Amino acid sequence: MSDSQTFLSAFLLIFQWGGDLWEIIGLSLRVSLSSVAISTLLGLPLGALLAVRRFRGHHAITILVNTMMSLPPVVVGLFVYVLLSRSGPLGVFGLLYTPSAMVIAQTVLITPIVVALSRQHFQQEWERVGEQLRSFNIGTMSALPTLFWETRAALTTVVLAGFGRAIAEIGAVMIVGGNIDHLTRVMTTAIALETSKGNLELAMALGIVLLVLALLVNVAVHLVSHWSSVRGGGK
Amino acid sequence: MTTGSPSLNNVRFSINGTELLKGLNLTLGKGSFTVVLGPNGSGKSLFLRLCHGLLQPDNGELSWNGSQTRPPQTMVFQNPVMLRRSAKENIMYALRNCPKAERAERAQQALRWAGLESISERMATVLSGGQQQRLAIARAWALKPEILFLDEPTASLDPGACDYVEEHVKTMHESGIQVLMSTHNLAQARRLAQQIIYIQDGRIMAHQPVEEFFTQPSCDEAYEFIRREFAIAPVTKIKTVSGT
Repeated sequence: MSDSQTFLSAFLLIFQWGGDLWEIIGLSLRVSLSSVAISTLLGLPLGALLAVRRFRGHHAITILVNTMMSLPPVVVGLFVYVLLSRSGPLGVFGLLYTPSAMVIAQTVLITPIVVALSRQHFQQEWERVGEQLRSFNIGTMSALPTLFWETRAALTTVVLAGFGRAIAEIGAVMIVGGNIDHLTRVMTTAIALETSKGNLELAMALGIVLLVLALLVNVAVHLVSHWSSVRGGGK
Repeated sequence: MTTGSPSLNNVRFSINGTELLKGLNLTLGKGSFTVVLGPNGSGKSLFLRLCHGLLQPDNGELSWNGSQTRPPQTMVFQNPVMLRRSAKENIMYALRNCPKAERAERAQQALRWAGLESISERMATVLSGGQQQRLAIARAWALKPEILFLDEPTASLDPGACDYVEEHVKTMHESGIQVLMSTHNLAQARRLAQQIIYIQDGRIMAHQPVEEFFTQPSCDEAYEFIRREFAIAPVTKIKTVSGT
């Protein structure tokens, strides 16, 4: 079968596919959105704190967080696997090879990205407005809600960047999820599996869906940036 | 109205071990309009930020008529800082300690005072530099401060906007607000100020009434500064400080 035929078959498969495809897409979205939500809740306050406060160990934490941005997913997967395996410290919860384990692994992977990128945006914004807010007699901690609001457009792109990383990730979810059919199979692990089986049409079909999702994320980032500049926000 | 004007006693300020303000001693007259002059990097902005409380001195004491309690005060910066919301909301934000019911009315009054009613609903960050500075002045007025600090407020404005800022700052002073302003514009300093503080290398070299400063500066450094800026010599050269 030629490349173009494979591509055409892949497209047709997307429209012919039944519940299995939507189950895989649904799980992928559920795992990625859950990990992004947790990373956002943990990462944005930490990013803001690193931007506006100076304390002992500040530089060390900043360097550590920046370094963790480039954590190899398989290393994170291995680390979480050891934690969640039956003999590991969290083994009693029986989370290994469940979607929860995949959420934990992706959260570990994405949180440093959210912290590091948001810290940069918060810092730039704090340098812009910090003195004025203090001139209004607003303390640093009281100014944080304003800082979040002023940085909202940039923070949206940070969160979307985290989602992009999560949805495309394979190494960690493969190790801690195990790619079990109808339980922990997500788009990326399914693509790897179908490719190894030589089922290129199916792998390609999943790849197209993944690309469409990535495209939608980028369109969302673009729209947010555009909306922000129209509203006079910039970054 | 005035409960206190700043008094500095041997105030020092350093960054990374480099002393940038060196033993400042000064008491400002109540309700005065004081302009701070000095070359670039002399410490004018640091001095204003320190007086306003944005920076804390390493040594020495800053008091307000003997009290540590700061009277109501605000600062207008060279580059006006606007939040990403409408012009009116920017003023309302500054009034966040006022009762909610009062905020909109006071913001509207400030916009009217500044002649900015037509742009009250426009996003503040997309206004021109001149409009933003006018809005910053209106916001400062809305706060009803006892002391107003201005850090080179007209440095990047065209002559029209400059006149506007001068006129409104003058009006605020005439209403009883004490003004402490830095500028590089000697003609502006002469037009507005009652007193001049001349700072160089982090030291207060001169503190004189305005006409006396421009005609009989009390130190060589101030004399040279005026001579270079105006390209003419002041009327009299008095060497009471350096003695050379």
